[in-house]
Parts: sequence; C-alpha cells; structure tokens
Amino acid sequence: MIGRVAVGAALVLATVSGCASGDTEESTLTVFAAASLKSVFTGLEKDFESANPGVDVQFSFAGSSDLAAQLQAGAPADVFASADQTTMDKAVQSGRITAAPTTFATNVLTLVTAPGNPKGITGINDLADATVVVCAPQVPCGRATKKVADAAGATLRPVSEESSVADVLTKVTSGQADAGFVYVTDAAGAGAKVGVVALPEASAAVNTYPIAVVADSKQSENARKFAELVTGPAGRAALAAAGFGAP
Amino acid sequence: MNTGLPRWLAVPAVIGFALVVLPLAALAAGVEWSRFAELVSTEASRDALWLSLRTASASTVLCLVFGVPMAAVLARARWRGLPVLRALVLLPLVLPPVVGGIALLYTFGRRGLLGEHLEAAGIQIAFSTTAVVLAQTFVALPFLVLTLEGALRTAGSRYEQIAATLGAGPSTVWWRITLPLLRPALISGAVLAFARALGEFGATLTFAGSLQGRTRTLPLEIYLQREADPDAAVALSVVLIIVAVLIVLLAYRRTSPIPGTQLRSGPRAIGAVK
Repeated sequence: MIGRVAVGAALVLATVSGCASGDTEESTLTVFAAASLKSVFTGLEKDFESANPGVDVQFSFAGSSDLAAQLQAGAPADVFASADQTTMDKAVQSGRITAAPTTFATNVLTLVTAPGNPKGITGINDLADATVVVCAPQVPCGRATKKVADAAGATLRPVSEESSVADVLTKVTSGQADAGFVYVTDAAGAGAKVGVVALPEASAAVNTYPIAVVADSKQSENARKFAELVTGPAGRAALAAAGFGAP
Repeated sequence: MNTGLPRWLAVPAVIGFALVVLPLAALAAGVEWSRFAELVSTEASRDALWLSLRTASASTVLCLVFGVPMAAVLARARWRGLPVLRALVLLPLVLPPVVGGIALLYTFGRRGLLGEHLEAAGIQIAFSTTAVVLAQTFVALPFLVLTLEGALRTAGSRYEQIAATLGAGPSTVWWRITLPLLRPALISGAVLAFARALGEFGATLTFAGSLQGRTRTLPLEIYLQREADPDAAVALSVVLIIVAVLIVLLAYRRTSPIPGTQLRSGPRAIGAVK
C-alpha cells in the first residue's frame, strides 16, 4: 500500500515539476520588469525575437519591490528593469546585479479625473471638495504624490491611500473617486476613461527607470542585447509613445 | 494502540498537516521577536487591528441577522429554485476576492446600481467603514448559512412537529425549539464568519479603499507594510494568525457535540451539505 501511495505522490510531483522545468531551455531569456513597463516591453519582445532567432523572451511583470525581493530570494532572471532607483539599489545590494544599471526612462505624476471631470478640476488646488484617491506614502507613487503636493503648497485629504497606482486608477475610471494621482503613462494607457489635468508641479518628483543584466545570468549576451534594445532608439521610441520621458 | 484506521493513512495525513503547519512555523521563525512589540504597536497597526475587530464583529452580527433566516429557508422551504439559490449563496466562497469587490463596486459604488440612489439620498458608502463591513459580510455569509443549513437538515423537524401538535405557533416554535437546538451550530457558524471577515482582503481593497482608521483593516495594513517594512508585515501577520486561532479555538472547544441533540457543527456540517 505504501508503495502505491509513493508512486502516486511521485507521479503528482513529476507532473508539477515537469511543468516548471519545461520553461528553462537554454534559449529562454527571463526579463523581470516593473508592471508599468508591460505594454512597452511586450511590444519590444517581437523586435527582439525576430532579431535574435531561437531566443524566447519570457516576462515577469510585477511591482518593482516584489521583483527585487524575488531576485534576492534567488529567482532565476537575466534582466531586471525597475520603476525606481531605490529598488534597483536594493537589488544591487543583494548582490544579484553587478554591472552598473542604465537609466532608460523617466515618469512623472499627473492628476486624472473621473470621465467627464464632473467636479471641474483644473489643478491640485481644486481638490478640496472632491473625493481624492492617492497612493500610500509607503509606496513609490505615494512618496512622489507627497513631493508634488508639497511643491504646490497643497494639503491633500484623500479618502483612500492605495497600495498601487493601478488601484488608484481603477477607483477613478470607475467613477468611485473624482480624482487621483497616477503616472502620466497610466493616464495615457487609460485613454478616454479618465480626464487628464497636467501638473506643473510634477517636476518635483521625477521617477527614473534603470535596467541591468543580472549577475549570474546564463544568457548574459542576450540579456545585454535586450538591455541595449530598450536603451536604444527603438526602445526610446516605444517608451516615448507610451508617455515615458527621456532619461 | 489500534485506532481502527489503516496505518498507511498516517503518511499522507502527516504530509498534509506539515503543509498547513510548516508555513505558519516558518512565518513565526521569520519574526524579529526583539522588535515584535515595537513593530505591532505603532499607531497604524493598532488602528488596523481595532478596525478589523470592530468591522468583523459588525459583519458577524449582520451574518447572523440575515444568515439564520436564509439557512432556514434553504433547509425547510419547498421550492424548485432552491438548489440554484443555494449555489448562488455559496458563490462568494469560490469567487476570487477581487471579483467580489468589483461586484460590490457595481452595486454600492458611487455609480453603482444601488449606490447611485443612496448617494442621491445623501448616504455615502464608498470609502467608508460601512463598505468594509459590506465586503466582509458578503464573503462571510456563506460560512454561516452553510453551517446552519447543515445543522437544520441533520436535526430534522421532529421536535418542531411535536411542539406544533401541542399548539405552539410557528414563531414560538422558532424561538423556543429551533433556535435553542441550533445553538452549537450558531456559535461555530458565527465564529467561522468572524474569522473569514477578519481575513477579508481583496474585496475590501477593491471596494472600500484603504485609509488608516477608516477602511485599512489588518490584512490591508499587512499588504501595505510588506512594501515599506517587511519585518512589520511579518509581525502583523503573526498577530492576525494569533487572533484568528484564539477565536476558533475558543469557539470550537465550546461546541463539541452535545450528546442527544444529534446536531452537527462546523466543517462537518458543510461536508454534510455537499
């Protein structure tokens, strides 16, 4: 009986691990990238794979901090692109990044309003009577929001401090909130679902995006090529189209 | 000792227990115990714990108020659509939390089905503690309903029928016979609902938002701290687990089956429904 159970357990484990090991071919390039880079990077994937036949690019998009924590825990990756310098510094400290990271894009905040801007908001000082949602000060977009509000001399009274930009954006697109602070790239991605109010004070908090090759990458040549694609003219054009600023 | 169970059952059972217990032990081992008190006693942490206890209590009361009649209808009513209704009541158990949150948003949000009219009447649910309670009630209700329905079915209606033949009206039977018989199941169902409400995360974040002291419950605080101070997140996780375990232990010790009542409670009742 024990034998039969053991065989069953072995079969289950083999099935599970089989799925996992199928992805680790020699020609797979694993890119860890901040969630905000998703549309740009998936667009660049086709360029890269046609220029480098036989290489399959696999992305892991998540919050930069999550990715840095996964790297620190030993997750296999070849390239890391972070949404801020602080998080890249953490990855460098953990020893997984040895080459100097290259800054390839910048992002700034903007004010988005619910569709049709029912409260007629034109700037950061019109928010007194509006339902405002921001990122919590513990996360990067929240820190940036605080800097921008300070630069404008405004005190924000948010009804909610969310954990991610995406959560702020959905509260605004759904009309749940009148206004929220998100990155210009998020606003561009949301299209007509939000109204955009430019923030002259946004320059007080400019986010930089660094990219680097992971130290123990078995695909360091391909990883370097991918980083070059992102920092090169094609990458620059794609990033600009999504609303990212030049480094 | 021969317990009557095949011995080989112990192997998968031990692996199963390890799967549940090991991560909890690993979490406890990951706590910086020297800083524990400091990490869990910040104002934000205390606000989150207090809010969680208050909202989970309120949700449990709502679950009892609505869930007990729902269970009675499901167990005793004769109606062809009942299986469909039961499946719908069960749904929050299997829905991804974020889906529950979106559904609540489309119902009670500022532009929601009911929310629009409530907003016009001056009642604001969005971003309020009420929204947290609604989210928790939505996900916790099935636990209470299923526990009670199972108990009602297993108990049968012999006592009720006898009481009725002796001249008691339906309300008297309900208050004097049915509810007292259900006491153990009521307690365990309420405890399950409370524990589920305490752990609610996705629907709250999606629907209610996150603001210290108003909508940021303990699970939301843990999620936020994970980004800023992972040590605090681990410490708060342990607090949440301790609270949940204490409550479940307390209630299940009291609800061991009383001889003669033939009532079942807790997970066994859920099993009985399936």
